[in-house]
Amino acid sequence: MSGLAPVPDAEHESVPIGSNDDVVRARQLVRALAQQCKLSLVDQTKLVTAASELARNTLVYGGGGVMRVGLVHRDGRVGVTAVFEDSGPGIPDVDQALTDGWTSGGGLGLGLSGARRLVDDFTLQTEVGGGTQVAITKWAR
Amino acid sequence: MPEQDTCTRLVELLTAEQESLGAAWVEAVSRTLRGRISLAELDRELRELYAALVEGLRGGGLDWRGDAFGEVRALLAELSRTRARQGFTPTETATSVLAGKDVLAPSEDTSAGDVRAYLHLSKLIDALGLFTLEVYAKTREEIISAQAEQLMELSTPVVKLWEGVVAVPLVGTLDSARTQVVMEKLLQALVDTGSDQAIIDITGVPAVDTEVAQHLLKTVVAARLMGAECIISGIRPQIAQTIVALGIQFGDIVTKSSLADALKHALRRGDAAVVRPGGRA
Repeated sequence: MSGLAPVPDAEHESVPIGSNDDVVRARQLVRALAQQCKLSLVDQTKLVTAASELARNTLVYGGGGVMRVGLVHRDGRVGVTAVFEDSGPGIPDVDQALTDGWTSGGGLGLGLSGARRLVDDFTLQTEVGGGTQVAITKWAR
Repeated sequence: MPEQDTCTRLVELLTAEQESLGAAWVEAVSRTLRGRISLAELDRELRELYAALVEGLRGGGLDWRGDAFGEVRALLAELSRTRARQGFTPTETATSVLAGKDVLAPSEDTSAGDVRAYLHLSKLIDALGLFTLEVYAKTREEIISAQAEQLMELSTPVVKLWEGVVAVPLVGTLDSARTQVVMEKLLQALVDTGSDQAIIDITGVPAVDTEVAQHLLKTVVAARLMGAECIISGIRPQIAQTIVALGIQFGDIVTKSSLADALKHALRRGDAAVVRPGGRA
């Protein structure tokens, strides 16, 4: 996990995540930004898929929340950052939640751990009863 | 000036020069629509509206929600729906109504009483303009939801590719509702066509995340329970890499990069079963 929480540039967009349609909208927004900063097709697909997983987690496990997405610049590189926030129950055991195949719902148990493998930077902050924040970044090569 | 007098005066003003005022209205609106509606049609629409407006004022004061304005509202709703279907913008639609204000606009030698009457008319037309926009928005929403339904139907055709082979080309986002429709249609098609090979083509699916994968796996398992074998085709390079990174296992399900490969595989597998007893060379 990267210790540095990515800070999106001033121009970032917020998308509320409260329904399946919002997940689709979030995904489209991330794809548009990924294309804008010229990520390769593979990286675009990876980022969009990770965003899709996390948006759905926000909806299903966090009871809805918000996604903030924008371009980031660091050390002359440009990337796309998406931050997913909910004020749901939080994750009691982060290590367990990041284990392949473990799920508290009915999924495959690969969403969170898979999303981490799909992106370059991944930070997860959670507090039981206080919600969860997941930030991901994919850098253009 | 009491409301009754205002109405009487407005009716007087509007009927005195009905012909020229109506023509001015049509002229003002036709300029904004730039010939996308025939002049004759516009003329008929607006003159009907004009007449109904005068009747409304004569009968029921200035309350556009009143019974006297029923005819006006019906005409506006009709106009608004037609415009929405023909793809006119909200501004163009509302202008058709709001332009009516210009035709009676007071000039320097208008008496104070008439100016007050005009202000009342102006308020009334604003309200009618808002009503028009509301109907417009509602019509657009109806069109959108109808299209969404049509898309749902369109996007899940099950096609017979060969004797014993059916295929579902999936396009767009796979959510639970879509998957349910796909699964039902596929399983029914297997029965209807007596097929034992099914190809699910995901070339048109932009991203395969764990939910989509789970839906696909469930569909394959259901088809297997009915004795059919599934092949998933249309796995593009970026999708393949994403699936690996996510850690999704497709197990012993056959996957192919193109629909052609999948069909070849299905035919070979189908043939093997058919040929053996027949003993073809």
